[in-house]
Amino acid sequence: MRAVLIIAGKDLRQRLRDRSAILMALVLPLVLAFLFNLVFGSAAVPRPFRYAVVDLDRGPIAQAFRTDVLADLERDGVVKLRTSATEDEARQLADAGTVDAAFVLPAGLSAAAQSGQSAHLDVIGSVDAPTATDVARSIAASYAAELTSVRLAIAAALPEDHDDRMPPQQLADLAARAAAATQPVVVQDTSAAAKLLDSATFFPASMAVFFLFFTVQLGVSSLLDERSGGTLRRLLAAPVPQWSVLLGKLLTSVIIGVASTSVLVMASAVLMGSHWGDPLGVGMLVVAGVLAATGVTALVASVAGNAEQAGSWGAVVAVLLGLLGGVFFPIAQVGGLAATASLLTPHAWFLRGLGELQGGAGPQAALPATGAMLAFAAVTFAIALLRLGKVLRP
Amino acid sequence: MTTSSTAVPAQAASTGDTAVLLCRKLRKAYGDLVAVHDLSLRIADGETYGLLGPNGAGKTTAISMVAGVLEPDTGEIAIAGEPVTVRDARTKRHIGYVPQEIAVYPDLSARENLRFFARLYGMSRAEVRARTEDVLATIGLRERAGELVGKYSGGMQRRLNIGIGLLHRPRLLILDEPTVGVDPQSRRAILDSVEALSAEGMAVLYTTHYMEEAERLCDRIGVLDEGRLIAEGTVRELTSLVGESDQVHVAAAGNLEAAARAVRDLPGVRQATVRPDGIDVIDADARSGLARLLATVAATGASIRSVSVEEPDLEAVFLHLTGKSLRE
Repeated sequence: MRAVLIIAGKDLRQRLRDRSAILMALVLPLVLAFLFNLVFGSAAVPRPFRYAVVDLDRGPIAQAFRTDVLADLERDGVVKLRTSATEDEARQLADAGTVDAAFVLPAGLSAAAQSGQSAHLDVIGSVDAPTATDVARSIAASYAAELTSVRLAIAAALPEDHDDRMPPQQLADLAARAAAATQPVVVQDTSAAAKLLDSATFFPASMAVFFLFFTVQLGVSSLLDERSGGTLRRLLAAPVPQWSVLLGKLLTSVIIGVASTSVLVMASAVLMGSHWGDPLGVGMLVVAGVLAATGVTALVASVAGNAEQAGSWGAVVAVLLGLLGGVFFPIAQVGGLAATASLLTPHAWFLRGLGELQGGAGPQAALPATGAMLAFAAVTFAIALLRLGKVLRP
Repeated sequence: MTTSSTAVPAQAASTGDTAVLLCRKLRKAYGDLVAVHDLSLRIADGETYGLLGPNGAGKTTAISMVAGVLEPDTGEIAIAGEPVTVRDARTKRHIGYVPQEIAVYPDLSARENLRFFARLYGMSRAEVRARTEDVLATIGLRERAGELVGKYSGGMQRRLNIGIGLLHRPRLLILDEPTVGVDPQSRRAILDSVEALSAEGMAVLYTTHYMEEAERLCDRIGVLDEGRLIAEGTVRELTSLVGESDQVHVAAAGNLEAAARAVRDLPGVRQATVRPDGIDVIDADARSGLARLLATVAATGASIRSVSVEEPDLEAVFLHLTGKSLRE
């Protein structure tokens, strides 16, 4: 074991002097994660959304939309509201980019809604704020759906032979009771939304696991460098077991991988506000991910003829596994074969494991993903070790 | 002196022989190509043994087996009475191995290189420090010990390459063509170092295809050709194989094959070999037969540019034994 540590210590010293290794292990993943988050993540959407409201109705339905729906969102800091007098004014504000979208509550909205006639609630969006416009449409659609459910509740409560001339006060009470009733079925998304990584965590995590497959190559492929440089003969002539040379290289890869990923986890938490989850669970996933990555790169190195070939093939494997594992986009959402195939990559299990840790889950939530990656590591290590024995022959 | 490997009195490790190195009937093949045939060697304490042969003769394969880097197909090796195998790490502490290529880490300093290998050979922290500084002084790199080796000249890297082999004071130092590609100054320094180590009592196994080095350094020389040890002995013993003959080199142009055929028929001529620039002749008495020899060459139409007569050397021995030049 002493020889393993001596060889790993020498290799680590060499890697630390290699600026490209530091670039690959730390700088690139962090910079790319930051850029991806900036372009594709929640940071890319300006908050709060700026909306204008044009109330041409001034009836109870419009009043409820303004006070019960929009005012609540404004209080939560999701939207910022301003009032416009006319639809034209609101349209000019949207065109000028002063607001992201405008809600137009047309005259007669309340009367039409209460009398069971068709009514509409308009949304004017700015072409420069598609996301904010989509959100505005969703808010309006959600309110319209609620109105429809109230209308259905009233219709269900009235006797079949009811008098159409029901007193307005009685009708209003019925509507209020229907609206205030607890929703009979509430959809709680515990399988996906609660386990979905926010963009400030997803991108650092995906870049960390993606670049891990390049970082750990530095340790394993140095065995091929030693062979081509002649130093392997010298190591084999030294009074140390042959396997210690191989283990020293693998240990170097594991140390580099764990160290670089740990630094990325901490740096992204501080610089980007990433929420990685339970530290022990994250630690388990990182170690298992590093072992899986080392196993894969060792396998690639065992079939390559030299370090350059190992680097090229390793890069191809890393990119393919990364794409399939969903580090650039959530390929599992495509469904079907792609979703199933993604489970054949350590990347997908790493990200899935981090998702399981979201929402305050304990380290046990990461066990399935950890186990999957360890199985991946066991298989690839076993094949690689059998093949790498040949590399140890001069 | 022997002229075949089977005549070497090699013995197994268990016989209690006190030789530093004993090899018996080593054989290594790569597919159909047999790189080393039944090689037997014996090297005593303080002896410098040269393994002489052209490129591809099997020298590196032979010493790779002796160094415990390569497993022989058959045969036995013992260092200081202990059997050597690839997997037996213990015995390797007796061996200092200097590969033919410069096997150092260019992105570490000379001091870091030496300390790494010193630790690998199991030295204590204090020993590592002391031996590193000793070796740096021996190889003349103390002043630049902190610089990255990648910035060194080829000669300095060669010296470090040898220094690593000396770190743990081995019983047997194996040097595989240590002067290939070095400048004359570094070459001289390397040869001086080997002589000094030998004087200190270290056994040295030295492979080379430079006959001058073998003649200068080696107490005994084994001549290797196509994986076979075809002769072994001191320089004097080996040159005596050629007899009391002279080596004549006739630099000439023209039909050299016809000239060589004609020369071979002359009395006293033992061998005539065509070279690109003339003919090499081994003659029992060149002094009295030189005029006749030159006349014979001229009679074939060849134009003679110059002629030289030398006492036989290892080149002549190799030529005599194989019909080939060492540098072919």
